[in-house]
Amino acid sequence: MSTGAPLPHDAAALHVTGAARYVDDIPLPANCLHLAFGLSEVARGVITHADLTKVREADGVVAVLTAADLPFENDVSPSIHDEPLLAQGEVFYHGQPIFLVVATSHLAARKAARLGQITIDPRPAILSIDDALAADSRFENGPVVWSRGDASTAMSAAPHIIEGSFEMGGQEHFYLEGQAALAVPQDDGDMLVNSSTQHPTEIQHKVAHAIGVPMHAVRVETRRMGGGFGGKESQGNALAVACAVAARQTGRPCKMRYDRDDDMVITGKRHDFRITYRAGVDDDGRLVALDVTQLARCGWAQDLSLPVADRAMLHADNAYFLSDVRIESHRLKTHTASATAFRGFGGPQGVFGIERIMDHIARARGLDPMDVRRVNYYRDGQTTHYGQEIQGFHIPAMTDALLQRADYAQRRAEVATFNAENPLLKKGLAFSPVKFGISFTLTHLNQAGALVHVYQDGSIQMNHGGTEMGQGLFQKVAQVAARSFGVPMELVKITATDTAKVPNTSATAASSGSDLNGMAVQKACLTIRARMAEHLAQIWQCTPAEITFADGQVHGPAQSVLFQEAAQMAYEARVSLSATGFYKTPEITWDRAKGQGRPFFYFAHGVALTEVVIDTLTGENRVLRTDILHDAGTSLNPALDIGQVEGGYVQGVGWLTTEELVWDDKGVLRTHAPSTYKIPACSDRPRIFNVDLWDQPNHEDTIFRSKAVGEPPFMLGISAWLALADAVAACGDGFHDMNAPATAEEVLSAVERVRDGD
Amino acid sequence: MNITFLLNGESVTLRDVDPTQSTLNWLRDTRGLTGTKEGCNEGDCGACTVMLRDADGARAVNACILFLGQLDGKSLTTVEALADGDALHPVQEALVEEHGSQCGFCTPGIAVSLATAHLNGDRAHDDVLAGNLCRCTGYAPIVRAAERAAEAPVPDAFAAAHALPDTDDTPMRPKTADALAQALMEHPHATLVAGATDVGLWSTKALRDIRPAIFLNGVADLKQVEFTDTHIHIGAGVSIEALRLLMLDHLPHFAEMLRRFASTQVRNVATIGGNIANGSPIGDGPPPLIALDAVLHLRRGDVRRQVALEDFFIDYGKQDRQPGEFVEAISVPRGPDNLRVYKLSKRFDQDISAVLGAFNIAVEDRKVATARIAFGGMAGTPKRATHVEDALIGQPWDLASVEAAAQAFAKDYTPMTDMRASADYRLRACQNMLIRCFHEGTGAKTSVLEVTS
Repeated sequence: MSTGAPLPHDAAALHVTGAARYVDDIPLPANCLHLAFGLSEVARGVITHADLTKVREADGVVAVLTAADLPFENDVSPSIHDEPLLAQGEVFYHGQPIFLVVATSHLAARKAARLGQITIDPRPAILSIDDALAADSRFENGPVVWSRGDASTAMSAAPHIIEGSFEMGGQEHFYLEGQAALAVPQDDGDMLVNSSTQHPTEIQHKVAHAIGVPMHAVRVETRRMGGGFGGKESQGNALAVACAVAARQTGRPCKMRYDRDDDMVITGKRHDFRITYRAGVDDDGRLVALDVTQLARCGWAQDLSLPVADRAMLHADNAYFLSDVRIESHRLKTHTASATAFRGFGGPQGVFGIERIMDHIARARGLDPMDVRRVNYYRDGQTTHYGQEIQGFHIPAMTDALLQRADYAQRRAEVATFNAENPLLKKGLAFSPVKFGISFTLTHLNQAGALVHVYQDGSIQMNHGGTEMGQGLFQKVAQVAARSFGVPMELVKITATDTAKVPNTSATAASSGSDLNGMAVQKACLTIRARMAEHLAQIWQCTPAEITFADGQVHGPAQSVLFQEAAQMAYEARVSLSATGFYKTPEITWDRAKGQGRPFFYFAHGVALTEVVIDTLTGENRVLRTDILHDAGTSLNPALDIGQVEGGYVQGVGWLTTEELVWDDKGVLRTHAPSTYKIPACSDRPRIFNVDLWDQPNHEDTIFRSKAVGEPPFMLGISAWLALADAVAACGDGFHDMNAPATAEEVLSAVERVRDGD
Repeated sequence: MNITFLLNGESVTLRDVDPTQSTLNWLRDTRGLTGTKEGCNEGDCGACTVMLRDADGARAVNACILFLGQLDGKSLTTVEALADGDALHPVQEALVEEHGSQCGFCTPGIAVSLATAHLNGDRAHDDVLAGNLCRCTGYAPIVRAAERAAEAPVPDAFAAAHALPDTDDTPMRPKTADALAQALMEHPHATLVAGATDVGLWSTKALRDIRPAIFLNGVADLKQVEFTDTHIHIGAGVSIEALRLLMLDHLPHFAEMLRRFASTQVRNVATIGGNIANGSPIGDGPPPLIALDAVLHLRRGDVRRQVALEDFFIDYGKQDRQPGEFVEAISVPRGPDNLRVYKLSKRFDQDISAVLGAFNIAVEDRKVATARIAFGGMAGTPKRATHVEDALIGQPWDLASVEAAAQAFAKDYTPMTDMRASADYRLRACQNMLIRCFHEGTGAKTSVLEVTS
């Protein structure tokens, strides 16, 4: 059976030979032009004068566009039309595009873009969470509050109160392939766009508005991205729109790709958060009351910040039952790049909040952090703080299995011995679980379409709305198609995502890719299969139900033919061998205003145990060993799923350790290249890295009972931060009060706090 | 300038070409070889890794900051030429089988790095891949692939020796130090391009025209190393990787720091002369060399002079080098190895130091006899900690004295706060490095890199 097989990524052989084509690799039509933005060098101000003479006179420049030159909508926002492609009189962050250079080469465009003489009258910039709170600068009118029970009353009755506040940094996506788009003008004002995007339909929509045509006149194609991680859900809009506008104006193909530094300065990142908390606990560390405030720095435009902040609230419980809880969420507007989607989409911030609280409870009360977690775990039948019933909750059993597999008890003792024997180096060992809700919280996005053709030679072409960014979606869905027809994988052709084939798609996001598109493709396949079966049943004098598709053949009660022959027979009998498929996630309802409902079809689970060592003289640190058990339901492809778990974990560890975004007091991002922004390198991966899947079918009816796996493992990286905190705690009696990222500097500060005992 | 080299085995001669064009752009835009990717355009991500071969062997290098002028006389292999027709190279096959690619964008560079290491029999996979960033896989399957491929024989096409092209003599690509001296007298303000791991960014990021440029990688006599009874004499053109290999036997702590100096791709082309001459306050070469009391040999035309390395760095961005003058060599006194070097950076590999400390402390009769301590990242230049040295010399070599002496770092340095570290942390770290230096002598575990689960 093709599903469940650990097949390689569909393009693996193309990747390793350099033959896989990304947007920047597409052979260019003659006369192609190249674009670059001229950027604001001020975080907040009013443009008083723009002298672009030198830009226009520069070598190779064909045109220079400002906001006034845009023919239709000047907007690239995915939400509330608050994000002009080019600044309109005012600038709201350092790096905001002000003008667009159209030139004969990429280098010429980049050079010319630096020649603009823009005079900006600076205005006070709101940069930090504190600045925004002081100025009451926010999206939506005030904080969003969701609650259950009566946290205040329960708090006053609680035997112990634990309070604190901590900060977690944002995160640059650092997809290896930067943002890129190519627009080629077609007949009659139509536009063909190749875009490195997770959301071709959004690109189509924004381009249509920008060049004043209906969506039917814009076709967007995406074969693959060199990484997305959420950073290509909305951030590709500006490039595609710029290309389309310039292509419309010049009548020539236009390409744009950001140089890495521009990419890091212009585009949004993960939201950084401050979380403050007040927790009431009993003697066992059980939470009896919880009051949490989440402060999210959203940047200058709304983008996707509201659903990100919602998801942080929805994950403020992680794996724990919160009987009486109040969650307050502030969506703060600042003059920095607009924070955007990033793997987990607010979930990591919410989960990290409660895991830090669990750690604080254990340390403040002198309890074993494992015991505190276990006593607070959900049980099936309980409901979340937003009213969704917990079912199929695997975490308690997964916890037991992981701790046994990873020799937790023995290693806990070994860590203690190591710490007793070593004055300068300290080890830490920590566990964290993740429970992650699967579905878009904006309910209407939970739909997908597919288009499947069977050709008369029996070869199958498959298309769906999902995009391939490295996660292996195309292969998993192809495995679904092959299984549906009972044919070998070689018969199934994977094709580029194309808005002309499947319309009105949702972003490939929220881990939903295989759930939604797998189902849509299966439905299309089953439609064609039913037509073929009906035809063969007539010929073979049996019922369609007696026809089966397996082993590359179609079987009747007394006969079998190759699938290819069956296709030929159906074609010659004038049976349609093309079908669409459509799927919408059942059973989900969500009242965002009340914070009540069933926003998620189901939850995916995972557990991780991480061991680290720190240097108490410098704070330098290392992950030594990681053990993970992850719930991917009945995996569609265990190799690809393990790849998501390994990669997600390391990316999560990066977020909480070395990946530090630094802005200066003028709002300038100082870490805008890999020389200064440090994602994990090869040697940063755990020396020992054991990842296994928890092989249990999804209790909900998903595609072959699998579960989404893109985002959840990212949050397992929190166990590494907790392990660092554990190592720090071995240095003294004080509370570590550590922030994230736990850079060497932050770890050393925490060591000193613990030693000082305050 | 005319440039002749082999591209994937075929001879290429570029006539009257701009030698400061990047190899990556030329490959992609002119030759249509788009397998080599641009990830960062500054030599930090490795997506553009190509294999460069010459008489010294095969090396992985970053094509984005490799100027065409550096290719002359070399053999260049791109990802497109790793496979032999349909037969994948063993590292490619292993990457497929071990699921070593996800988005695939870093993969060509990783395949070339692994194929180069495979050819050289280098199995230090973490070091081989330190300059190849992958954002998808978490590296585990890539290392599994490297391990799997290690046993496979080197494919014939790579095992066979191949003749390198002859090259023209031109003043801007001299082959001797004498010719370089003359060229530089004629073009005293020319940009000297050795490995281009720094100069490359002037071009790709600052968008500066660096012409006229003199390419140094053909100057054979700058790559010499000589041992005398008293000194090791290191040519300015010796690569950081060659220096690392050299130091493994002589100053192992220096060698270990050089392992972390930068990625393999950068170490393969970056030179010690370039690292010194560019005058960066955070270059990793100078502090240990200053601690070793190294002497710099400068040359202008036929006039040579020597200067203590510490005196070469006058102020931030200002060195004791005249127009037309170049660094010819560095000589390091030989003696007992007391050198300890500590590099502190946000990430262990392929990162620029926040603080780099070098300690050359000799203890006799439990007292500090001599001490030379130098740091990078603590001032506008690489700088000695003379107050700390004075506080140590003559004092007992014990924890109390060391802790007391460490306070004097505050007199030596007033560091700055930047994106790499705060001033306060820098000062604490350098004080603690002295304490670490002491503990290391007691046998205590001091390096997280040496601890296992």
